Amino acid sequence: MKNQQGSVVLMYTEKLMEHFRNPRNMGRIEDADGVGTVGNPVCGDVMKLYIKVKDNRIEDIKFETFGCAAAIGTSSMITELAKGKTLDEALEIKNADVAESLDGLPSVKMHCSVLAADALKAAINDYKSRKR
Amino acid sequence: MSVYLDHAATTPVDKRVLEAMLPYFSEKYGNPSSIYGFSDEARKAVEDARGKVARLIGAEPSEIIFTSGGTEADNLAIKGVAATCKGKRIIASAIEHPAVLDTCRALEKQGYEVTYVPVNKDGIVSVEDVRNAIRDDTILITIMHANNEIGMIQPIAEIGEIARERGIVFHTDAVQTVGKIPVDVCRLGVDLLTVSSHKLYGPKGVGALYVRKGTGIAPVLNGGGHEKGIRSGTENVPGIVGFGKAAEIAAAEMDSDAAKMRKLRDKLVEGALKIENSWLNGSRENRLPSNVNLGFKFVEGEALVLELDCNGICASTGSACSSKSLEPSHVLRALGLPPEYCHGSLRMTLGRQNTEEEIDYVLDVLPKVVAKFREISPFKKDFGEYEKSTGKCGPHVH
Repeated sequence: MKNQQGSVVLMYTEKLMEHFRNPRNMGRIEDADGVGTVGNPVCGDVMKLYIKVKDNRIEDIKFETFGCAAAIGTSSMITELAKGKTLDEALEIKNADVAESLDGLPSVKMHCSVLAADALKAAINDYKSRKR
Repeated sequence: MSVYLDHAATTPVDKRVLEAMLPYFSEKYGNPSSIYGFSDEARKAVEDARGKVARLIGAEPSEIIFTSGGTEADNLAIKGVAATCKGKRIIASAIEHPAVLDTCRALEKQGYEVTYVPVNKDGIVSVEDVRNAIRDDTILITIMHANNEIGMIQPIAEIGEIARERGIVFHTDAVQTVGKIPVDVCRLGVDLLTVSSHKLYGPKGVGALYVRKGTGIAPVLNGGGHEKGIRSGTENVPGIVGFGKAAEIAAAEMDSDAAKMRKLRDKLVEGALKIENSWLNGSRENRLPSNVNLGFKFVEGEALVLELDCNGICASTGSACSSKSLEPSHVLRALGLPPEYCHGSLRMTLGRQNTEEEIDYVLDVLPKVVAKFREISPFKKDFGEYEKSTGKCGPHVH
C-alpha cells in the first residue's frame, strides 16, 4: 500500500500495509466455538481470535486486535492462513509462516507474528477444552 | 490534501533562509580561518549570524558556540561541564530529550550520579523538587525549556534563581522554544542553553550552545581550536548563515506566528476532544503554541499515524526518535499515565505555514481514523480484566 505521496511506507511491506488498511475477517463471532486472547494492553498489543469449528475444520475465523499496523496485519493474515484448515493443520502454522506470507516483517515487529500464531493456538486449545 | 503537522520533528527551510545560504556553497566558499581576503566574506557571514542568533536569545555574540545541532550542543553542555567540575552529581528532569537523557546515562557509567526529578500530572517539573535534589557536590542542573512531546513549558527562571543561589551551573535544552516563544538567557538565569536551527525554519546540521561568559566548559571535540577552542572543526558556513537568517526572521515574526498557531492549536484540541474517550496530554496552560498531544483509549498510536499518513497527514506518536522502539513514551509514563493508555498517543505540532483549512481537514479525518481502529479493537468501553494490569511485555499467552 502506498501513502498519498505515492511512496511505500518505509518499514512495512506493501502486503502488510494492504492487510493493515483492509483487514480480512475482522470482527467477532458471538457464538464462537473457541476464543484465544494473547498480549497485554500494557505492551500495546492484544489479539483476540474467534473460531467456528465444523468436522474438525476451522469453518470461520475472525479477529479483534488492539495494536500497531504489524499487529493488525499479522492478525488479518493468520485468519486467512487458518480458514478452512483442519485443527491439526492450523496448529502447524508457525509465526515465520505469518511473517513470510506478508513478505517479511521488521525485526522489532516479529513478536506480532508470534502473537498471531499464539492466538490461533489459544483459540484451538479453548475449543478443545470446551469439548472435553 | 497534504498537511504537515510534525514541526517539532523538523521544519521546512524558509525560502528567505535558503536564498541567504546559497552564495556560501560555491561562490563565497572560503574557510573562515584562512587569513587571505577571500575568506573575509565567509568569516564576516559567520560573525553576522552569530550576532543574529545571540540577539534572538538576549546573549552576547561571544557567548554563542556553533555546533552541528541540538544533540551536539546538549552533549557539549553536559559532558563539558562534567569534565571541568569536581563534583559528581547532576540533576535532570525525567522528561528530557534523549540527547540529554542518554548523555546523563553515559556519565552515570563513568561514576556520576544523576537525579531525575519527576513531573506532575501535567508534565511540569516542581521547583521544590529541584531544590531538594541539590547536594553540596551537585555540579549541573539540566532541565529542558519545553518538552518535545507534550510542549509543556518548564519554570526555568525559578530554577535558574535557585541554581544561581547555590552556584550550580544551569543548562536548558531550548530546542523546542527558541523561535516559538520569547527566550532571554538573562531572564531565564541559565548558564548554558541549547538551540537547533532546523526547528526554526533553518537548515539541519547546525545548532548552537549559549555559554554564559565565565562558565567553565571543556571541549568534547578537540582539533583546530575553532569556536574559542570549545568546538573544533571548520565552521558549517552555509548552515550557520541559514541559522542566522532563520533567527533574524524568528525574532521579527515570532509574535504573529505564535498568535496564529495558538488559534489553530486551540481549534485542533477542541475539535479532537469531541472524540469519545480522548484527552489532552499535558495541560492547556503553559503549553507551546504549536503543540497538541492527544490520547485515545483502545487504539494504538502507530496505527493512527500510518492511517493518517495514508490520508496525507504527517503526525507522530511522540518523539520521532523513539518511534522505532516499542517502549511507551518515557514522557507520558512520567505524567503517571497507565502504560496501556500511553500507547494511544498522537502528537501534532503546528508551524507557521499551517492554515485553518488544513485543521478542518484533520478534524474531518481524525474521528474516522480513530473509529476505524476502535472497531478493530477488542476493547470498546474499558480494558476489562487488563485494567491496572502490570504484566511483562513480550509474547505470552493468557
